[in-house]
Amino acid sequence: MELTRRELVAAFLGSAVAASGCRRMRPREPVPGAIVDRAVDVGHKLRGGALPRAAEAQTVDVLVVGGGVAGLSAAWRLAAAGVKDVRVLELDSEPGGTSRSGRNEVSAYPWGAHYLPAPLVDSGPVMRLLREMGAVSGVDAQGYPDYAEELLIHEPEERIFYKGDWYEGLYLRAGASPAELAELERFEARMNAFAAARDAKGRKAFAVPTALSSDDAEWTALDKVTMARWMEAEGFRSPRLRWLVDYACRDDYGTTAEGVSAWAGIWYFAARQDGKGERSEGFLSWPEGNGHLVKHLLSSLAPGQVERNVLVHSVEPVEGGCRVDALEAATGRPRAYRARQVVLACPRFVAAHVVAPWREKRPEWLGAFQYGPWVVANLTLSDKPASHGFPLAWDNVFYESRSLGYVVATHQGLRMDERGPTVFTWYLPMAGLDVKAEREKVLSAGYSEWEGLVMADMLAAHQDIAPLTRRLEVMRWGHAMVRPTPGFLWGPARFAAQESLGDSLHFAHSDLGGMALFEEANWFGVKAAEKALKGLGRADPSWL
Amino acid sequence: MNKTLLFFTVLVIATCGLIYELIAGALASYLLGDSITQFSTVIGSYLFAMGIGSWLSRFIERGVPQRFVEIELGVALVGGLCAPMLFLTFALTDIFRVALYGSVLVIGTLVGLEIPLLLRILKDELKFKDLVSQVLTFDYLGALAASISFPLLFVPKLGLVRTSLLFGLLNALVGLWSTWLLAPVLAHPLRLRVKAVALSLFLVVGLVLGDRLTNFSEEHLYADDVVHATSSPYQRIVLTRGKRGFSLYLNGNLQFSSLDEYRYHEALVHPALVRAGKVERVLVLGGGDGLAAREILKYPEVKNVTLVDLDPAMTGLATRYDELAELNAHAMADPRMHVINTDAMEYLREKPETWDVIVVDFPDPNNFSLGKLYTTGFYKLLKRRLGPEGVAVIQSTSPMFARRSFWCIDTTLKAAGFWTQPYHALVPSFGEWGYVLVAHEPAPPRRPMPEGLRFLTEDTHEGLFQFPMDMSPLPAEVNRLNNQVLVHYYEEEWRRWN
Ligand SMILES: Cc1cc2nc3c(=O)[nH]c(=O)nc-3n(C[C@H](O)[C@H](O)[C@H](O)COP(=O)(O)OP(=O)(O)OC[C@H]3O[C@@H](n4cnc5c(N)ncnc54)[C@H](O)[C@@H]3O)c2cc1C
Repeated sequence: MELTRRELVAAFLGSAVAASGCRRMRPREPVPGAIVDRAVDVGHKLRGGALPRAAEAQTVDVLVVGGGVAGLSAAWRLAAAGVKDVRVLELDSEPGGTSRSGRNEVSAYPWGAHYLPAPLVDSGPVMRLLREMGAVSGVDAQGYPDYAEELLIHEPEERIFYKGDWYEGLYLRAGASPAELAELERFEARMNAFAAARDAKGRKAFAVPTALSSDDAEWTALDKVTMARWMEAEGFRSPRLRWLVDYACRDDYGTTAEGVSAWAGIWYFAARQDGKGERSEGFLSWPEGNGHLVKHLLSSLAPGQVERNVLVHSVEPVEGGCRVDALEAATGRPRAYRARQVVLACPRFVAAHVVAPWREKRPEWLGAFQYGPWVVANLTLSDKPASHGFPLAWDNVFYESRSLGYVVATHQGLRMDERGPTVFTWYLPMAGLDVKAEREKVLSAGYSEWEGLVMADMLAAHQDIAPLTRRLEVMRWGHAMVRPTPGFLWGPARFAAQESLGDSLHFAHSDLGGMALFEEANWFGVKAAEKALKGLGRADPSWL
Repeated sequence: MNKTLLFFTVLVIATCGLIYELIAGALASYLLGDSITQFSTVIGSYLFAMGIGSWLSRFIERGVPQRFVEIELGVALVGGLCAPMLFLTFALTDIFRVALYGSVLVIGTLVGLEIPLLLRILKDELKFKDLVSQVLTFDYLGALAASISFPLLFVPKLGLVRTSLLFGLLNALVGLWSTWLLAPVLAHPLRLRVKAVALSLFLVVGLVLGDRLTNFSEEHLYADDVVHATSSPYQRIVLTRGKRGFSLYLNGNLQFSSLDEYRYHEALVHPALVRAGKVERVLVLGGGDGLAAREILKYPEVKNVTLVDLDPAMTGLATRYDELAELNAHAMADPRMHVINTDAMEYLREKPETWDVIVVDFPDPNNFSLGKLYTTGFYKLLKRRLGPEGVAVIQSTSPMFARRSFWCIDTTLKAAGFWTQPYHALVPSFGEWGYVLVAHEPAPPRRPMPEGLRFLTEDTHEGLFQFPMDMSPLPAEVNRLNNQVLVHYYEEEWRRWN
């Protein structure tokens, strides 16, 4: 079916963008650029039947499959325990997974994850990482960590675009009626109460990572309904508030309040606060986003320890360890390993094809794991575009679009940067409830369609942006984020998937936490590494 | 009716329409600075006014062709004169913003009337779908022509005043030829023709005198004679000479006046230098005019003055422009001087050297970008670059006009771990001006002031540290990169005085 540009924009970004982004659009030259993903559906390759196997197997103490945050966190943990014979196999040419970043002559910029909420308490592996990086100097009198000021988001932090003007903050206060503001206040009070809630054992009801949260039914019951249902039932009906909650769900989970459980929806607002009225310090970010954290994890490893362009297609528990089979992505040449311990740090939909016993008998829990697609575009600009109202911020959100707007890569720089070139990273979660259909939609559009979509979205807010845009690169993530759909976080599937196979095959990935977040990936990476340490017979006090 | 000519008319009026919008935007950003805001608000108001025009068009019932020509002539007059008129209002009155938005609204409204009226004139000539398609095509083509030729051709070749007059003339000529084009449907073509000719002649005269007009307007803007004006990627730099002597303006803001700048610069430099353990290596951040450097070089012990200023156009001027070089006593040519054009915060981050004295002379924190240079983030960096017995001084806006802002800077410096000593001096061109002296430990004076000062003496300089009641400390929050309270204080306080 051929769509007009306007219909295309409406289909992906909503009719408001189609109306405003296309209205005063003068004829313009398309922005040069490209799609940079390889859109290889790993699943496809793995499902494609028997793959060649190498006769000779290299031996290694610990093999980590997947060089995303979970895999690199596992390797980082092992390095800290002094295990030297560790190898990380990564399918892509660069490690980092969905926290990967790029760099050009203007700035470094993220391709996926771009921020880390500053942890509230001075404990856990993420805090350890931040201390190693010099991002935390100590704790203040109340016990809150003191973060390096330049890493916290510089003001102005966020702004929102609505009908021709930019406003400060994420909640659209302009034009809100007293009743709407009262509803917002009531919502915030509810979230504060959830943030303060503790169970009999002293566990926070909503904690980061989810593994530290209370499992009391009082709260986990919230996992059974959707966030949208819960809002409705609680009488939270103002469009502005629902927008805010939807935005939160799209930002963290890639789908709307219709698509996530109330537990997950509330978690977003309650987990990163302690409810004592003290708000968290906000977010930590770098020009390259969480690519900076990836770099630090990598720095704990020797250069040769990460092998790139290697697709692992089979892991089989055998006597005294695992046999791992892989292909060199470029040449198709097979490789084999004998590992005493394996940390499989790839998502479930891949693991299901890789783990030999699972190929025989597909695990029942697999269907519970759903992954939504995202599209990320990086626009390199020769100068900042003009805007009406509140000035350019770090996070710039469009109220009327299905995209999340854009983040400014140079914002965290220390230069006087009112003018001058920059990179904008534009985010579009494909939020529809049918993930398969959404994935097909994403892949059906090529560069010229994406160029049209990104620019229509941008032009709605910045009429002058087209001539300033030097280059546009688009990354389509087919399985970007696991979705905390109702019943998933506290249902049996997620817990079953965390169990090791025998004593030598351990699992890691953010999907085991049910939320695609750095803290989850890191937690499960460290946890799997500690299981591997135990398997190697090493005693080392846990970091968890 | 000749349709080709009519569509050509559409093209020309569309071009003119966009040019006026661009002129107003460019003029506003040139005179008021902050181009993003100026362009946004001008474009927004202009589009809004076009909407008003379109809406108003329904009330024109009879004599549409006649009205159309009159509107052309109206646009020619107001649009053609907008640039010279706005320059003059800026220079001579206090109502520049009123005049700016007033003329934007008037021109926008008139331009908004043009196309609807033209569509109505043509509605019987063409099928509706062709009519809309063709008129709008030429409308947008005209806009494209304007937006490309304005920055590339007209502004560089003619300047804003003459561009405005030229397009006014074009509009008047459109009015004139429309009297022939629309002759069959016009009631009084002759009367209109006479008006159009008169108007065209008037604008031609304006064009011929355009050069003088530009000078006149910029001279009035600065009260004195403009002796030099340049635009760099960072700012508009204007030097003037007049009764108050020789003055420098950046983006229209007075930086110094030769009559009393010695007060500002002596007060900025000497209290710090007399207190530092050593004064061999001095760093100046900002201060591209070389005047602070002139004061620093009065100490024979000084071996190295490094001046870090973002704008090479400014430091170049301070080096090569005779009058400025004389005023800074050829400081820039002194063998002890090192000029570096880079971003101050990046410089401090990347160069691990320490300094005996650091003089921080940035523009006031009137936006978030400048506000960064007044945060604990910046001051902690500054502290790391200050030698063990080093002293630094920070230009800290006026404790009189922006009292909380001034004390916020002091509070922020304390939060960064400095010992601080705030002080102030009266600089008539500016009013009461404030500074904060900082060091790792309390730093009493250790050396005499140099010879040849005109404002400070050993005894009187102690008086600078006394604050009268109306400038005494106010509680303020700490200014941080992630919470820039200072920009908010500053904006609120200065608004009261302007
Ligand atoms: C657009 C987007 C924005 C995001 N924004 C944020 C954010 O701001 N903050 C935040 O905390 N999180 C964000 N996330 C979530 C992000 O996914 C996590 O923070 C984290 O990067 C997940 O890491 P992971 O290791 O669990 O998974 P992945 O990133 O999926 O890593 C898995 C790795 O395994 C490799 N791999 C897979 N299969 C194989 C195989 N068979 N053989 C070899 N290698 C294989 C992959 O190539 C990949 O490198 C975002 C995600 C996306 C997509």
